[in-house]
Amino acid sequence: MTPVSAIMAKELRSYFVSPVVYVVSAVFLLIVGLLAYLYIVFAGAQAIQLMQLQGGQAQINLNDLVFRNLFASVRFVLLIVLPILTMRLFAEERKLRTFEFLMTSPIGLNEIVAGKFMSVLLVFLGLLGLTGLIPLTLSLFSDFDWYPILTGYLGLALLGAFFLSVGLLASALTENQIVAAFVSFGFLLFMWLLAGLGSLLGDTTAGQVLSYISFMEHYDHLVRGLVDTKDLVYFVSALILLLFLAHRVVDSTRWK
Amino acid sequence: MIDVQQVTKRYGQHTAIDRVTFTVAKGEVLAFLGPNGAGKTTTMRILTCFLPATEGTAQVAGFDCIDQPLEVKQRIGYLPETPPVYQELTVFEYLQFVGRLRGLKSQALRGAIVREVERLGLGSVQHRLIGNLSRGYRQRVGLAQAMLHDPPVLILDEPTVGLDPKQIIEIRELIKSLAGSHSVILSTHILPEATAVCQRVVIISGGRIVAEDTPDQLSARLRHSEKIAIVLKRPPADAEARLAQISGVHQVFAQGPAGGFMLECALGQDVREEVGRLAVTSGWGLVELKSISMTLEDVFLQLTRHEEGVSPAENALEPTVTAPAEISESSS
Repeated sequence: MTPVSAIMAKELRSYFVSPVVYVVSAVFLLIVGLLAYLYIVFAGAQAIQLMQLQGGQAQINLNDLVFRNLFASVRFVLLIVLPILTMRLFAEERKLRTFEFLMTSPIGLNEIVAGKFMSVLLVFLGLLGLTGLIPLTLSLFSDFDWYPILTGYLGLALLGAFFLSVGLLASALTENQIVAAFVSFGFLLFMWLLAGLGSLLGDTTAGQVLSYISFMEHYDHLVRGLVDTKDLVYFVSALILLLFLAHRVVDSTRWK
Repeated sequence: MIDVQQVTKRYGQHTAIDRVTFTVAKGEVLAFLGPNGAGKTTTMRILTCFLPATEGTAQVAGFDCIDQPLEVKQRIGYLPETPPVYQELTVFEYLQFVGRLRGLKSQALRGAIVREVERLGLGSVQHRLIGNLSRGYRQRVGLAQAMLHDPPVLILDEPTVGLDPKQIIEIRELIKSLAGSHSVILSTHILPEATAVCQRVVIISGGRIVAEDTPDQLSARLRHSEKIAIVLKRPPADAEARLAQISGVHQVFAQGPAGGFMLECALGQDVREEVGRLAVTSGWGLVELKSISMTLEDVFLQLTRHEEGVSPAENALEPTVTAPAEISESSS
């Protein structure tokens, strides 16, 4: 077992013996399920209206009516849920004095950061996988285009990884888990609002820069089924930058 | 095995340790003795590559702590002040995790866990969650962790804290048994521990090393003079002057209850017989005569009190040896 997988295994074990993962998963799946149900019911109501107007042969587009709305809402649920998963990663180690042990183990800091990030990423991807039941169930009763759904999931995975790396960095900054969670909320909401600010400024340079910095536009492209290298580059580079910063922060806490 | 040269650590304006220099040979057990906040933990953290030194070099087994941290970390077992345990894991899972981080593979790993569990008497608790264990067991899990990969160098920060007396003796025996094959640094502020376990003692105070030697030699070296305490039932008015006339006696002070005197004599000269004869033949009523040797405890207090600015007047019974001129000036 390599050190990275040892850390991953230990972190996963810690996640699943604590109630946090179970509570977070229950809340996340419940809310996402409820949202899906609501959008489907609305879509059904609209279909009935259309049938009355057009008589019989109305086709409704589940991709537009259900999935795009659902993907847009899940983004907000993730923003609330994921910082709760990441807040303990480094803050707890420092609080419980195991941080010194980890830092004096014969492994590199890269491996520690990577192991911790990958463990929480796995938990998140598992959660995301469970939501796959929603399109699978719907496909039994209706036809829709799978392609934008797959790109939407790609978008969610990238967005989630981005949120998690923000949370990891926040957790490295403090030994207080509440502070870590709150810093990630704050930062992510701020990034969200940058998009609003960007569209307010419109087609100016400043507006374009702000829209580019915010994750909203990049995620929206993927949800609409547009896989653009520009958006992939955005997420991957943000991820690398944030993990690098977390690495530096963890390293620097030794010097204080 | 361990070579620390002129290591200084500063936090902003505050100097935590100041030009600390010492070495530990292979198989030697060294005690790091000092009051709280003296810089023991800081020194250990530098050796374990947790903190970088501001100045100076620290080497373990020939590897530099700043340039080759991985090499150093592989050769060190470290028990920090608080045992670094994960409460949500069982003892077995925890040791498994520790072993994997240190690169132990399946068969060797299992063997190492069995060895340490047995060595530290953890058999009955190895499948219990660490969070449910008492402080003493956690401390032992911490020790098992430090020794799991059988490192040549062990750095133990107050290893017997939180243990009951029986366990303390067991752990001390364990550390003694490591001498010869392992180099051990242990920090403590319990003096008998240092004398019981260690071949060499480094006393650190205010971030500086104030003494370094074997426990015996340390007290001998600091004993600039022999001291004799006597108690006379009927001391004459000129007792001090008459006692001072005995050859070999440097100084005589009255001290303690009426009739008590402290004699400071030249080193290596036993004047007890002379003193006794004088007192008896003069009919002073000699009721007590004893030589006072300095224990390590006295040495420790001597060396560290200085820094804390405690005046010797409060401890009149304590022999004042180091820099007596300085101390008497400040107290008068």
